[in-house]
Formats: sequence, structure tokens, C-alpha cells
Amino acid sequence: MKYLDEYRDARLVKAYAEKIRQLTTDSWIIMEICGGQTHSILKYGLEELLPERLNIVHGPGCPVCVTPLEMIDKAISIAQTPEVIFSSFGDMLRVPGSTYDLLSVKAMGGDVRMVYSPMDAVKIAEANPDKKVVFFAIGFETTAPANAMAVLDAQRKGLENFSLLCSQVLVPPAIEAILSSPHSRVQGFLAAGHVCTVMGFEEYLPLVEKYQVPIVVTGFEPVDILEGIYLTVKQLEEGRHEVENQYRRVVRREGNPAAKSVMFEVFRTVDRNWRGIGTIPQSGLSLKEKYAQFDAEALFNVEKILTEESRECIAGEVLQGLKKPVDCPLFAKSCTPEHPVGAPMVSSEGACSAYFRYHKRSDVA
Amino acid sequence: MCLAVPGKVLSLEEAPEGEPKMARVDFAGVVKNICVDWLPDIQVGEYVIVHVGFALNKIDEKEALETLQLLREMGDIN
Ligand code: SF4
Repeated sequence: MKYLDEYRDARLVKAYAEKIRQLTTDSWIIMEICGGQTHSILKYGLEELLPERLNIVHGPGCPVCVTPLEMIDKAISIAQTPEVIFSSFGDMLRVPGSTYDLLSVKAMGGDVRMVYSPMDAVKIAEANPDKKVVFFAIGFETTAPANAMAVLDAQRKGLENFSLLCSQVLVPPAIEAILSSPHSRVQGFLAAGHVCTVMGFEEYLPLVEKYQVPIVVTGFEPVDILEGIYLTVKQLEEGRHEVENQYRRVVRREGNPAAKSVMFEVFRTVDRNWRGIGTIPQSGLSLKEKYAQFDAEALFNVEKILTEESRECIAGEVLQGLKKPVDCPLFAKSCTPEHPVGAPMVSSEGACSAYFRYHKRSDVA
Repeated sequence: MCLAVPGKVLSLEEAPEGEPKMARVDFAGVVKNICVDWLPDIQVGEYVIVHVGFALNKIDEKEALETLQLLREMGDIN
């Protein structure tokens, strides 16, 4: 496929890794924010091609992984309501709640459906006027405009049986939370290319100044990621800290204004709890007051469900780049993709699952 | 989750008043109906990057060629 194959060219990958090797004279810690990039890094074994002094740590950019346990319990509670059709992106269905997951609700007779697009959930609502259709709206800025379009579409069609369970998150506040943490060791960031496709990259300019770290907007294919790392290391080696755009073929400085305006028509920023990390101010999106009729949390009265996280799972530290999955005592023992303890073992973009699937066997044993 | 894939716009559909603009988009042989409402000047034949049924932006062919050229020079290979 055009625009994919050329960025997976093995000779280019090797040549690029060699350039990074020549450039690197010091030890650096670089974080990729996005789970899609984590997946590519592990799948293509990019870490093994890089000099040992470069430590690539994995960030909180997996929406499934950072959705709090209590949100999953709320989803399960709604999905068990008799007249409800609960719809969601696939990965979310397997994340364990405090007792079981959404797939178990389906096995017990609940109407739980996997959809490809939030617009499919609207179509289900249209076709089932006697049911209440709830869509689990998770995701970053990449997905939020699509979720917003679903609300506008439902409104246009006059549907009264469609609502969203909102657990959407924003990237820049998470970067700021990591940088301002006293434990942070991260010296440079690869920003998530598809979040920036929507949002552009002007939001990162103040972060670069305040924390003096390079931020490089980066794509998802192996050659993209290596170029992103190369540009970050080059800045670090030269003592610069700027916002650079590796993913120029897709990302413009201002992002996509039409997508942004749809998103902010429907949603407002709110404080949000990130699984394993805690509450980050103004890091989430919820429905605006004028779209309150689409808010499943209020409609189904699940606002009060509170749940404690498992004590054994170290997902919070993994998602902040403080630890790697292999540092978790449960990794590949009691926690596997078949029997996940925490969300990063469920999603294919979760660091734990990516390590389980692709990391060198010697480390997994 | 933020996965988005490139596809080529095959045709633009006539959108009824007030409905989002849709297109037929080819993903290496698999053709899907995709919402292109956020790309006001989209043309048939252009490439877009698609996420959960929505085209997020166009792929800039000139930028892509320049980047690849630079990469090849960096890699000293052709
Ligand atoms: S391996 Fe499992 S238990 Fe350990 S951090 Fe990852 S998800 Fe949590």
C-alpha cells in the first residue's frame, strides 16, 4: 500500500538506526507517548537496533489502558440494564472490571456489541427505537471528533435513545503531568502523530519552553519512528529544545480546524482520573451542558460507582515510563493476554501486551 | 487506538442537505464508506488518513516525496 510500504523498508530502517548510532554520544531517555508507537517499536524490534545508551520508555498513550477501573464497572453496570444495547470499540470489551469484563456480560445474555465507528452505534440506535443504545466513548483527540460527530448525528436524527459513556483524555496535560513529576526522568518526547493530525502542534510550544525538552511529532511506521528518535537525539546532543514535525505528510501546524471545531462544539475539558496515575487537571473531555441528554453516566445513575485499583498491578508506573513491563512481578506469570490483571495487558497497544508478544524471549522467561 | 490508515478517495457521494459528506475510499483493495466532512476541498484521487470511519486529513504527496528523498539520502541508498 502506498504510504505504508516505503516506511517499512528494512534497508532504510537499518540505515537509519546506524545514523542514530553515529549521532549518540551520551545517554538519553526518550518517551513515546502513543500506544500505537509502542506497538510498532516492539513489533519491529526497533529498541534492539538502537544504541544501548538510548532508553526508550513507553508513555500513557493507550486510551484502553488509562480508562479507570471504575469507568469499566460503570460500563458493566449499564450493559447489564435489560433494555440497553452497549456498544464499544473491541479492546474495551476484554478489560477486566472489578468482578468481570463486558464480554462476560454478553455471555450472560447482555446485548454488548463491538463497533468499528461511533457512527455505527448511532445506526444501531436508529434501527432499535425500543432500546437504549450506549456507546463507550474512549480515546484521545484523534477519536474525540468522531465521538462528537456521533452526538451531532443522533441529534440531527432526533434520536432520544442514544448516549455516550465518556472517558476521553487529552495528551498535552498528560505530558505536563509527567514532566512536572519529581520522579520524571524523561528528556525528550515523541508526540503522537494522529493526535496532532487533529490538533496540530501549537499546544506543545509552551511545554517545550517551560520544561526545556524536545518534542517531535512522529508517525507510526518504523522509518517514521526512527526519524522521530533521530530528530530528538539530535536536539538533545546539540542542547536544543524545540517542537519539530517529523510527520509532515499528514500533520499541519494548525491540525484540522473542522475536526477541532466539531469536538469543542460538543465537549468541554474537565479534570479526569487516569488509571494508575490519578487525576490530571483539565485532561479529559465531557459533554457540554447543552448535550447533557446524551450523557449515559447521568441517565443510568452510575455516577456514584467507585472502585479501588488492584494493588499488585504496577500499570501506573509503567504508563509514566518509570518502569518497564518486565519489572512487574506478575508479568507473563499471573498476568498474560489470556488472563490480564491490568489493562496494559489487554490492549494490543498496551506496553505489557506488546512486551509479551514481541519482546526477546530471554526477558520474558 | 489512535491507529489511522492511508486510503485513496475513489469517489465522492452526493450528501443530502445537513448530512456529513461521505466518500468511497480504497484501502489496498478493501473499499469503505468514509466521512470526509472535515476536508472541505477533498478531491477524487487524493489520499487521506482514516480513523474510526473518518478522514482526519489529506496526505500531502509533495511532503511525502521530499521526506522519502531525504531519508534515502540519509541512508545513502537509492
Ligand atoms: S504485567 Fe499485568 S499486572 Fe503487571 S503492570 Fe502489566 S498489566 Fe499490570
